[in-house]
Amino acid sequence: MSSEKNLNLKLNVWRQKNAQSEGGFETYEAPGISTEMSFLEMLDVVNEDLITKGADPIAFDHDCREGICGACSMVIDGRPHGPKERTTACQLHMRSFNDGDTIAIEPWRAAAFPVQRDLIVDRAAFDRIIAAGGFISAPTGSAQDANSLPVSKQNADLAMDAAACIGCGACVAACPNASAMLFVSAKVSQLALLPQGQPERYIRVRDMVAQMDAEEFGTCTNHGECEAACPKGISVENIARMNRDYLKASLTYRPEATGGGAG
Amino acid sequence: MQTGAGFFGSSIGKKIVMAITGIMLIGFVVVHMIGNLQLYLPAHDGVYALDTYGEFLRTLLHGSGIWIARASLLAAAGLHVWAAVGLTLMNRAARPIGYQQQQYDASTFGSRWMRVSGVVVLAFIIFHLLHLTIGNILPGFEHGKVFHNVVTGFQVPWVSAFYIIAMVALSTHIHHGIWSMLQTLGLSHPRYNGLRNGLATLLTIVVIGGNISFPIAVLTGFVR
Amino acid sequence: MELKSNIPEGPLEKKWEKYRNDMKLVNPANKRKYKIIVVGSGLAGASAAASMAELGYEVDCFCYQDSPRRAHSIAAQGGINAAKNYHNDGDSVFRLFYDTVKGGDFRAREANVHRLAEVSVNIIDQCVAQGVPFAREYGGLLDNRSFGGAQVSRTFYARGQTGQQLLLGAYQALERQIGLGKVKMHSRHDMQELILVDGVAKGIVTRDMVTGAIESHLAHAVCLATGGYAPVFYLSTNAMGCNTTAIWRAYKKGAAFANPCFTQIHPTCIPITGDHQSKLTLMSESLRNDGRIWVPKKPGDKRPPNDIPEDERDYYLERKYPSFGNLAPRDIASRAAKEACDNGLGVGETGLGVYLDFADSIKRLGMHAIEEKYGNLFEMYERITDENPYKTPMRIYPAAHYTMGGLWVDYNLMSTIPGLFVMGEANFSDHGANRLGASALMQGLADGYFVAPYTVGNYLAGVKPSEHPTTAHAAVQAAEATVKARIEKLLAIKGKRTPTHFHRELGKIMWEHCGMARNEESLKKALELIPKLREEFWSDLLIPGAGDELNQSLEHAARVGDFFELAELMCLDALERRESCGGHFREESQTPDGEAQRDDANFCHVAAWEYQGEGKTPVRHIEPLVFENVHLATRSYK
Repeated sequence: MSSEKNLNLKLNVWRQKNAQSEGGFETYEAPGISTEMSFLEMLDVVNEDLITKGADPIAFDHDCREGICGACSMVIDGRPHGPKERTTACQLHMRSFNDGDTIAIEPWRAAAFPVQRDLIVDRAAFDRIIAAGGFISAPTGSAQDANSLPVSKQNADLAMDAAACIGCGACVAACPNASAMLFVSAKVSQLALLPQGQPERYIRVRDMVAQMDAEEFGTCTNHGECEAACPKGISVENIARMNRDYLKASLTYRPEATGGGAG
Repeated sequence: MQTGAGFFGSSIGKKIVMAITGIMLIGFVVVHMIGNLQLYLPAHDGVYALDTYGEFLRTLLHGSGIWIARASLLAAAGLHVWAAVGLTLMNRAARPIGYQQQQYDASTFGSRWMRVSGVVVLAFIIFHLLHLTIGNILPGFEHGKVFHNVVTGFQVPWVSAFYIIAMVALSTHIHHGIWSMLQTLGLSHPRYNGLRNGLATLLTIVVIGGNISFPIAVLTGFVR
Repeated sequence: MELKSNIPEGPLEKKWEKYRNDMKLVNPANKRKYKIIVVGSGLAGASAAASMAELGYEVDCFCYQDSPRRAHSIAAQGGINAAKNYHNDGDSVFRLFYDTVKGGDFRAREANVHRLAEVSVNIIDQCVAQGVPFAREYGGLLDNRSFGGAQVSRTFYARGQTGQQLLLGAYQALERQIGLGKVKMHSRHDMQELILVDGVAKGIVTRDMVTGAIESHLAHAVCLATGGYAPVFYLSTNAMGCNTTAIWRAYKKGAAFANPCFTQIHPTCIPITGDHQSKLTLMSESLRNDGRIWVPKKPGDKRPPNDIPEDERDYYLERKYPSFGNLAPRDIASRAAKEACDNGLGVGETGLGVYLDFADSIKRLGMHAIEEKYGNLFEMYERITDENPYKTPMRIYPAAHYTMGGLWVDYNLMSTIPGLFVMGEANFSDHGANRLGASALMQGLADGYFVAPYTVGNYLAGVKPSEHPTTAHAAVQAAEATVKARIEKLLAIKGKRTPTHFHRELGKIMWEHCGMARNEESLKKALELIPKLREEFWSDLLIPGAGDELNQSLEHAARVGDFFELAELMCLDALERRESCGGHFREESQTPDGEAQRDDANFCHVAAWEYQGEGKTPVRHIEPLVFENVHLATRSYK
C-alpha cells in the first residue's frame, strides 16, 4: 500500500510581475508536504499560504492536471517538468523528492516564449506555426468516406506517435538552443505519414519552417535533449523526417506562375 | 521559403550546408589520414614513401589537382564556418535569459562543445598549414621533404602536444558531426540507427587513432 | 417563457433533411458582412468556428486557455461513436439513436438525438480527412471497439487519446482559418457577460486575463461552447479552469437552464488521498472489460487485498447485475460503489474506494495481453498512486465527470435568447439524464461541424448586416459596467479566506447532498447551507493583487461566485424532480430492490428554469418529451 510521508522543502522560485518588469528568485518554505501530492498541488498549498499572508501567489499555467492539455510548464531543478521521465509537472508526485530538498523552479526560457508572469509564458508562437501550415485543408463537408483511403497500420501508428505531442514546449525549454524542431517536426511528420497529407506535404514543411524561424526559435544541433524532456516521448526521428522533406521541398520548389489562368 | 536565398537563410538550410560541407571535410580527413599512414612505409632508395606521395599530389593533373582540392576544401571550410556562425547567432538570440540551473540528459560533451572544438580545429588547421605546407613555423623546414618536416616537427614536444589536443577536439567534433549530419540529411531509421552510431564511433576511432599515432610514433622514436 | 422546440415536421428520419431543404441561406457575397462570436475552443467551439469561417463568416473565437488547443475536450480518452457499421454487426443510425435515447433514460428529445446519430457518420469522414490518426487494422481500414456496454462495435479511437486527436483536428482547421484571417482568436480571454440589445444576443464582455482589460465584442450572433459545470463539486475529472460563468451569465440574462441536476458521476477514478487533492483522474471505462470490481464482505476489513480469500469478497456488480456484471452503465456502477462504501465496506485509508482487480484476467489472458491492452493506463495509475496494479488490485471511486444539463436550446441549438446559440456540453440537448461512453465527442463535433453552421446561417438570413450595435450603445456600456463593478466588489472584500477554500467547501456540500444519491431532506439541507456559505464568500473572501494584472485568484473567485448560484439551482432542480432517472437518483423513488424508478407519468419532460432576479426563486418551465419512435422501457441491466 501507499507509504505517505511528509516532506519539508525549500523552493527557489522565479518571480516576475509582468512581461515588462525584471524578475528574480525568491525562496519559500514548504513544510509538511505529503508525498501523495502532485507537484502542482504542492504549489497550491504554498500559494494558499501566500494568499493568507497577503502576498501574491506564484502564477503558473495548469489546467487538466492529467498530463494531456500541455498547459503546465516549469523547469524543476534544471529539467522541464522535473526529474521523472515522460511525466508532466501535474503528474509528477512529491514522492520523487526527499525531505530537506531545495527545489529550483523556473519558467521556460526562450525568446519566443516571453514570460507573462512568474512561471507563465506566452506560447502563441506554437499556434502561429500551426496556422502557417500545420493542417490538412479539408473544409467541413468535403470529406469522402473514411474507409476510402486505407492507411497502413504501421504508418497510422507512426503518425499517432507523432500526433501525441501536447504542445507544452518542454522540447524548446530543454534544448540548449531553444529550438522548436521537435514540436514542428512532430506535426510535419504526422501529416506527411498519412495519404491525406500528401497534397500539401512540401508546401507545409516550407511554410512551417519559415514561421518557426520567424518566431526566433533556435536551431537544431542534434543534442537530443528535446526527446529526453518530452513528456510524450516524441522521437527525434521526426526531425530527420522533416529535414528530409524540407530538403526535397527546397530542391523541387518551382515558383508559382504569375500569369492569369484560362479566364 | 520561396527562393534559394530563403533556403540559405533558413535554419534547416544552414544545417544542410553544414552537413554537406561536413561530409566533404570528413572525407578529406579520412583520405589525409590514410595517405599519411605512408609515414610507416620504409624508404626506397633513400626516398621516403611520404615524399613520393607528396610529389604525386603536387603534380596531379599537371599541378592543378592540388589547387582544385585546396579550393574545394577552402570553400567547404568557409561555408561550414559561415553556417556555424549563422546558427550560433540564431541560437544565442533564441535564449536571451538562461537558466539558473540546467541538467542534461541526452546531449553529449561532444554535442555541447561543438563550437569550442570547432574553433580549436580551425586554429589547428591554420597552424598545420603554416607548419607543414607553408613551413614558416619551425626552422629547418625543407620544401618537398614531407617525411623530414613531419618527423622534425613532431620531435618538438609542444607541437606534438598541440597536435594531440587538436585531434581530441576533432574526434569529439566529428563524432557528434557524423551522427548530426546524417540526422540533418534525414537519414534516420530505427533499424539502422545503431549502425549509424556505430559508424560514427568507428570512423572517429580509426581517423583519430591513425592521426594521433604519428606524433606518438615520432616521440617514442618508432619513426625517426 | 415559451419553450418552442422548433422541431421540423415529418417522420423522424426525414426531419433533418427537411430542415436543410427548407432553411434560409445567406448570400455568399454577404457572409463576410456577418460576424459570429464563438466562446470556447473545445470540440464544439473549434469545429464551429472553423466551419463557419470556411463558409465565409467573420468569426471571433475566445478561450480562457493560452491556446485553443488546450480545451478540456483534449482529455477524453475512450473514443467516439458513429453508426458506420464498418463491422457488419448490425449497427445503424436508428440503433445508435435508440441506444442514446435509452442510455439517457428517455429524457432527451427524439429529433435531436436522431440528427446526432445521422451526422455521426460524417464526423468520422471529416476527421479522417483532417488527418486524425484513428486506430487501424492491418488492412489499412479503421478499427472499432465496443464501448460502454454497447452491443455493437461502433467506437472509433486513437489509442487512449481520442479526445486529443479529434480536438487537434478541429484546432488545426481553426488555425488554418486564423492564418487566412477569417477567424480572430482571443486566447486568455474570460467571458464575463452577455450583451443583449433589445432582447437579442449581440455580443459579449470579456476580461483579458493578462492585462485585466475589460473589453466588449459585438457580433450578429453569439455561440457558447463553454463546456460543462462539473467543477461545482470542486473535485471532478474536469480541468481546473472549467467553469459555468459563460452559461450562467447567459442564464441571468434570460436564457433558460435545462435539467441542471443531471450530472454524471464516472465510476472509475483514482480515489482521493487528502485535503490537498485538486482534481480527480479518470481511468478509462475500458478497464471494466477485464477488471472485476469487489469489496470485502466484512466491514472494516483492513487486510491487504491479496490476503482476503475469495469467499470473503463481494463482487457486487456481478452479484446484482448478472447479465451486465462489471460492465453495468456508469450511473449504476457509481451508485453501487457508493452503497458499498456507505455500508462501511470501502477500502483504502479513507474507506472511499473499491477494488478493480485484474488478477483473474492476468491468469486467463496472461500478463502480456493485459499489458498490451492497458499498459499506459496501468503506468498512469502507478505514477499517481505508487501502487503496481499488476500485483495489487487498483482502487477506484466515482467522481463527477460530465453534466448533461445545460442551457435549454431548440432544434436550432438556439437558446431562449434570440441569437444566442449553445453547443456541446454547454447545452442540455442530446444525452437526457445520462450520457453513454464515447458520445460526448460525437455530440460536440456534430454540433460544431454539422449543425450550427446550418442553423446559425438560417438565423442570420433573417438578420440584416447593419443590425449591429456599436460599443457606444447603452446596453454595451451597461454590460461593461456590471462586469467592472463585480470585479471591484470581489477585490474589495479583503477578508480572510481564499477562493479555493470556498470552492472546496461548496464542493463538499454538493457531493454530500446533491451527488450520486439525493433525497428531499438532504437537498433541503443543501439549500440552507449554500446561501449561508455564499454569504460568507461575499464577506470573507480574500483575493491578493489587483484587477489590472494577471491574477489567477481573481479568475478563480469570479468562477466560484457563479458556482455558488448554480449549485442552488441544481439542488432546486433535483428537489423538484421527484423521480430517479439516469444520473439523477432520488432515494425516495426506487424499486423494492434498490433500482432507479422513473416516473414517466409526471416527469417525462425537460425542466427549464427561468431567472427571476437576485434573491428570487426561478420559475420552472416544462417542455414535455414526446416519444413516437421508441417505447419507454425500464432500463434493466440485471
